[in-house]
Amino acid sequence: MFDTASLSLSAPELLLTAGGIVLMLVAAWAGDASTRFITWVSAVLLVIAGVLACGASGVAYDGLYKADAFGAFAKVLVYAVAIVCLLIAPRWFERQDRLRAEYPVLLVFAVAGMGIMVSATNLLTLYVGLEMQSLAAYVLASFMRTDERSAEAGLKYFVLGSLASGILLYGISLLYGFSGTTDYTGIAAALKDGLSMGELFGIVFVLSGLAFKVSAVPFHMWTPDVYEGAPTPVTAFFASAPKVAAMAMLVRLAITGMGTATKDWQQIIIFMALASIIIGAIGAIGQSNIKRLLAYSSINNVGFALVGLAAGTEAGVASVMSYLAIYVVMTIGSFLCVLQMRDESGAPVETISSLSGLSQTRKGLAAAIAIFMFSLAGIPPLFGFWAKYLVFDAAVNAGLFPLAAFGIAASVIGAYYYLRIIKTMYFDEPAAPYAKSESALETGLIAVSAALIVLGYGLIPVLGNASAAAAKALF
Amino acid sequence: MSGFPILSVMILLPVAAAIAALFQSANGARWTALGTTLVLFVLGVLLWTNYEVGGPQWQFVEANATAFGRFGWNLGIDGIALLLIVLSVFLMPICILASWESIEKRVPEYMAAFLLMEALMIGVFSAQDLLLFYIFFEAGLIPMYLIIGIWGGADRIKASYKFFLYTLLGSVLMLIAMIYMIMDAGTTDIPTLMQFGFDPHVQTWLWLAFFASFAVKMPMWPVHTWLPDAHVQAPTAGSVILAGVLLKMGGYGFIRFSLPMFPEASADLAWVVWGLSMVAVVYTSLVALVQNDMKKLIAYSSVAHMAFVTIGLFTFNRQGIEGALVVMLAHGLVSAALFLCVGVIYDRLHTREINRYGGLANNMPYYALFFLFFTMASVGLPGTANFVGEFLALVGAYEANSWVAFVATTGIILGAAYMLWLYARVAYGTSKNADAAAMPDLNKREWAMLAPIAAATLWMGVYPESFLAPMRADVGVLLARVAPAAPDGDAQLKAGKPKAETKADEAHGATPSNEAHH
Repeated sequence: MFDTASLSLSAPELLLTAGGIVLMLVAAWAGDASTRFITWVSAVLLVIAGVLACGASGVAYDGLYKADAFGAFAKVLVYAVAIVCLLIAPRWFERQDRLRAEYPVLLVFAVAGMGIMVSATNLLTLYVGLEMQSLAAYVLASFMRTDERSAEAGLKYFVLGSLASGILLYGISLLYGFSGTTDYTGIAAALKDGLSMGELFGIVFVLSGLAFKVSAVPFHMWTPDVYEGAPTPVTAFFASAPKVAAMAMLVRLAITGMGTATKDWQQIIIFMALASIIIGAIGAIGQSNIKRLLAYSSINNVGFALVGLAAGTEAGVASVMSYLAIYVVMTIGSFLCVLQMRDESGAPVETISSLSGLSQTRKGLAAAIAIFMFSLAGIPPLFGFWAKYLVFDAAVNAGLFPLAAFGIAASVIGAYYYLRIIKTMYFDEPAAPYAKSESALETGLIAVSAALIVLGYGLIPVLGNASAAAAKALF
Repeated sequence: MSGFPILSVMILLPVAAAIAALFQSANGARWTALGTTLVLFVLGVLLWTNYEVGGPQWQFVEANATAFGRFGWNLGIDGIALLLIVLSVFLMPICILASWESIEKRVPEYMAAFLLMEALMIGVFSAQDLLLFYIFFEAGLIPMYLIIGIWGGADRIKASYKFFLYTLLGSVLMLIAMIYMIMDAGTTDIPTLMQFGFDPHVQTWLWLAFFASFAVKMPMWPVHTWLPDAHVQAPTAGSVILAGVLLKMGGYGFIRFSLPMFPEASADLAWVVWGLSMVAVVYTSLVALVQNDMKKLIAYSSVAHMAFVTIGLFTFNRQGIEGALVVMLAHGLVSAALFLCVGVIYDRLHTREINRYGGLANNMPYYALFFLFFTMASVGLPGTANFVGEFLALVGAYEANSWVAFVATTGIILGAAYMLWLYARVAYGTSKNADAAAMPDLNKREWAMLAPIAAATLWMGVYPESFLAPMRADVGVLLARVAPAAPDGDAQLKAGKPKAETKADEAHGATPSNEAHH
């Protein structure tokens, strides 16, 4: 009656979905007073889901879903990020007087959706996972519903996200119509002997829809607005977990679903990679809001990750996974620092100019931000350099010399705006000081992520093995 | 010494000291920095005395090839790297002394930045792994960016950006070339790569990518424009370390990577290097002539001097390459000393404008003496280090291409012009301004900064063998490597036949290369 094998393979998602529903009921009856309890239970659920995800391996539900090392890598990354985003949220929302029990529940649902995304081996599973994640994300973006910017962010995200979903669905229907299946391996088999016009259009539409989800140029427009408007803990979540999930989903689709037509989608990915690197860098230059700047930074970083995918090789996939892991640490670290930006009364500040002279008022915080910025700029000996090295290594090994040369030269443009933050903190005269840090948890998390970025080279063998195993699962 | 990981210690000790300095008071940080740099100097001297001249090519080797998975913590030095490390650890305590009083704000961070810089410099010269080298090479941007930006002059922010972005753009292309080399050769080991034969067609591209990085670092005309800005705005010690050691990384890069790894491309493209160097020698010397700012003048003179290095390196003969190496060391000492001399009077009057000074020989006789000595050294007076290097480089250049030698020699004349004129305006004549005339002479700390450099400059000028000996075998290895590709020189030198019956006055034509420079 029950396909127990399939159920046990998808145990992480089942656990999170069931747990999320139960927690929602708790929230409904116990009210907002139970927020912290729900938060901690959610975190525990995510830890258990992570453990469950690690061991599982096999195809479930007649090829709709596949548990493998690749999915496990992405899931563990997503769960870890989600735990951080859960833990930092209550304090922030409490200060805004918007502590609601729905936040952790929505986050759990979003994460369950991401789990399905990265494990999907069928276009319809992919779509269901994506929508589950997106719907939760739309609500999260407008979580501060009385705040105009937050409401605007949610609306923008919803309208544009729906448009992208529509494009994606259209692409899926074309691929289905011309290949006769929605199964990845079936599509790969259909694409083997050259592309028909319909299949080509299908691929273009599907990639466009997915480009929106990873916020790659030219479908990046929503990113700065949504990141700016959404509550900061939510922005931290948006910049990390959905990026990982959407990128992993894109990689799995491109490699297993379209691996037989690599030459055809490769040019699209190359274009998106270079455009994202350049637009992400140039767009950031004029920004005065730190969250908008980090939004452009995330666009820029997606470009670099796509360089690894463009290679289309096993090493390329491994480099994308390593890149995502390192990127997530840098991004979460940066946003943890943004959470520390509060004026004396405790209200959040988001202007870059308020960072002025931070190195003299809050030495540790300034040093941490500087580490994250230099790392995002890809300056060795910080770990961000290694991420960039890996993707360019994959591109060069795949013979994509012009992509590598232009991409890395464009990274210098990006360095400019990261340097600007450091300049503001270290060279300028002190501005009004921030409120003192009042959370040992946040300080500790910042310290841990900064330490990972500085001392990360020791982790290269571990990270390399894990991402190589993940990549191997797709080939 | 065997078994003791002296190079790792020399890299990790300043890092540890830098972290310690961050948590100390201003004075504590100063003493920590001075103590650490002196210990490193002692270690550097130990390195030199334990270096076995004529021994294996790579000494003090520490191999840990799998430390970071894809690359390793592989260290080791040859004679060339040895002397550059010694130069770095020699200049570092002097830098700390130069900053003792002039840096008042945020001293712990300043000292930490310098200690970090020292670790990275030693790392660059001792790395035997391509990626490890790149990491050390690039990481140096971070402390230098902060040193210029935080403790620099009025226009420091522009200078710090220019320094950072220029150097970064040059280096990232080198990284792509490195990735290709690792893919092609299948190893990150520098000694192996130095013997690896890359396809000549690919060599050209790789050479150009490396050239982009080292030409900026060197710096060569026309990508030198970051240097005057960075030098002028940096604090004195920053300029010293920039001129003394960081510029040498460009020359070191050519000799460690471009020449041995891409000999064919180096030979094919030597004309590019010569052409740019010739322009640099003449053009930047002329620019130096019209500067009103002392630091800027010395910065432009650095570009001209470094052009001798590039000319010498691409002569493909022993005199040229050894000369280039000696110029690197000599310039490291002399330009560092000249920046210190500027720093001494800048600390007193807070201006670098040449016209504000004058007649300093009257009230600062010892200072004037040191300044004169280093001016003469910069001009290339025999008996000082620069003479040895520039003479050898020119001999080598003549052998390779007499026109290059001809143009480069005009640089020496122009160099004499701008340096002597600078000295005359600053030290001679009568005092123009009361405040300049009231400046006290060198104090003990400043003596301790300048005297060792003067001694080293004289030593290298009078007995260069001490410095040439450790490098000789390594230059020989390099020459053997590039010999098959080396272009023919236009001066076909042949040993003359001394005839037993001729008088002494007819024997002077035996070595034409010497004659050309009399």
